[in-house]
Amino acid sequence: MSRQSPIRVVRWSGLSIGSVAVAVALTILLAAGPLFLGANAIDKLTTLFIYVILAVTWNALAGYGGLVSIGQQAFFGLGAYGAVRLADAGVSVYPALVLAAVLVGLIAWPISVFMLRLKAGEFAIGMWVVAALAHLLVNLDNLVRGETGTSLIALNAYAAETRHALTYWTALGAMVGLIGILFALLRSPLGAAIQAIRDNEDAAASVGVRVMRTKQIIFVLAAFGVALAGALWLATTITFQPRTYFSVQWTAYMIFMVLVGGLGTFEGPILGAILFFAIEAWFGATGVWYLVGLGAAALLFALFLPKGLWGWVDQRLGLRLLPVGRWLKIDETAPMGTSKSTESGST
Amino acid sequence: MTAESNGVVLSTSGIHKRFNALVVLDAIDFSLRSHEAVGIVGPNGAGKTTLLSVLAGAHPPTSGTIHFRGADVTGLPASERCRLGIVRTHQIPQPFSGMTVFENVFVAATNGGQLHREAAHARAIEAISLCGMMRLANRRAETLGLLDRKRLELARALGANPSVLLLDEIGGGLTDGEASELVATIRQLHASGLAIVWIEHIVHILLQVAERLICMDAGRIIADGEPRAVMADNAVISAYLGGSVH
Repeated sequence: MSRQSPIRVVRWSGLSIGSVAVAVALTILLAAGPLFLGANAIDKLTTLFIYVILAVTWNALAGYGGLVSIGQQAFFGLGAYGAVRLADAGVSVYPALVLAAVLVGLIAWPISVFMLRLKAGEFAIGMWVVAALAHLLVNLDNLVRGETGTSLIALNAYAAETRHALTYWTALGAMVGLIGILFALLRSPLGAAIQAIRDNEDAAASVGVRVMRTKQIIFVLAAFGVALAGALWLATTITFQPRTYFSVQWTAYMIFMVLVGGLGTFEGPILGAILFFAIEAWFGATGVWYLVGLGAAALLFALFLPKGLWGWVDQRLGLRLLPVGRWLKIDETAPMGTSKSTESGST
Repeated sequence: MTAESNGVVLSTSGIHKRFNALVVLDAIDFSLRSHEAVGIVGPNGAGKTTLLSVLAGAHPPTSGTIHFRGADVTGLPASERCRLGIVRTHQIPQPFSGMTVFENVFVAATNGGQLHREAAHARAIEAISLCGMMRLANRRAETLGLLDRKRLELARALGANPSVLLLDEIGGGLTDGEASELVATIRQLHASGLAIVWIEHIVHILLQVAERLICMDAGRIIADGEPRAVMADNAVISAYLGGSVH
């Protein structure tokens, strides 16, 4: 028998390595999508990717960071507006989408200094105020022409088919990139500190966590992700009307996807986004009743499955496909006493 | 006379703490030598926990200064004091309830202890093992009972690699057997070189560890010295025991 330390820190399992492999294979398959999928399927999938971005970033903020915001539409709208502005200034249109999101991330930093001083409900409502303020400021821009809005006309330089494929690839890249960044972040010691702040801010400070700086990182990252989603939405619809982009419905969708999928689980919000996408595809045409149904479903989940679908699966089956936690594996047969540890199976 | 020359590691001078009109700490001059174990007793509302919070940086004092290893740390927040080595536990346990016991202590090791990877893992495992929680390492903190939450408070504080450990009623509610286990653990920590400040109501537990005893009443230190002498002090008897000694 080989000599092994009796206590190991385990982060991966066979199942989770397998699920990452499946995710990578699926990404490669999706990347080839425009070669064999029809225009309608490409557009639908682009929408799904944007929903996934919205869900995972809101979950990172609220589920892992404990920062429940109902004003994320501020960054969604600013991302789209930034893309319009940059394209108007002559920046090539697809780089403009990403650059706009980066700029919104930079703006989110000073905003975070003020907003993160607010607690719980104050923060949630405060963010809504930020969204309303951003909406008003964007309306003042002559380029936008108030609620009439404007269009990302630079996109017309591309043939329809090319445009759809480019938007699809950008959205896919953005979704995979953001999931990857969030996965790496939440698995890092910083991710553990973020969760500690969520659970008890004062206790986190008492064990040395720099609370403000840590919260700022997750806030800015979430703002960047939502802004990217907003810019991508603009690329799919072309028209920019402030009222549509700065609508609180975007945050309502995020909350729905995360609550149904599983708040504070990594896999849940992705599942929630897929479910939301399916519900919208089947019932979206039924107008008001569709919204009533969404609201009722969210309510039922909050009451009976507060940890969402994936939270329920995790609790019942202990199924972890994309684990961010750390577990100790104690080899009972080995002699105890020395407390040396090794990290096993890290990439 | 410098602070270092007489072995003082943590000291306060003229600490006042007021919450509006209420004076909770009234001119506290306190010093702790390295490797010293000090017990603090006093009736409810004497200001013991507030003193601990001021030392740990959770509350800024209204006036007065706090020095650690010769440097003024009065303006430093709790996170920075923890990184310097001043680490506290809470009277009412404050676990990170959605995280496992190991993850709770790991956060302390990577932040307060500023350790990385294997060193952080080893530190967390050592702290958990010392507090007898190895079997619970993968349990989410929210599923722990009160006693284990108290153990976790201590394990998490140790994970942060303290040189000064501030304990707030960590022995409350323990049975005799559990209390003697706790005393053995804290003695071991003290023997390994930690300076300890321990607030406790159960005096006989405290006296098994403390080399020096402080009695507080109404925000002041009313006695400070050799434990048995302090417990025999008339002012202590009347304040702490309400004068009703039989």
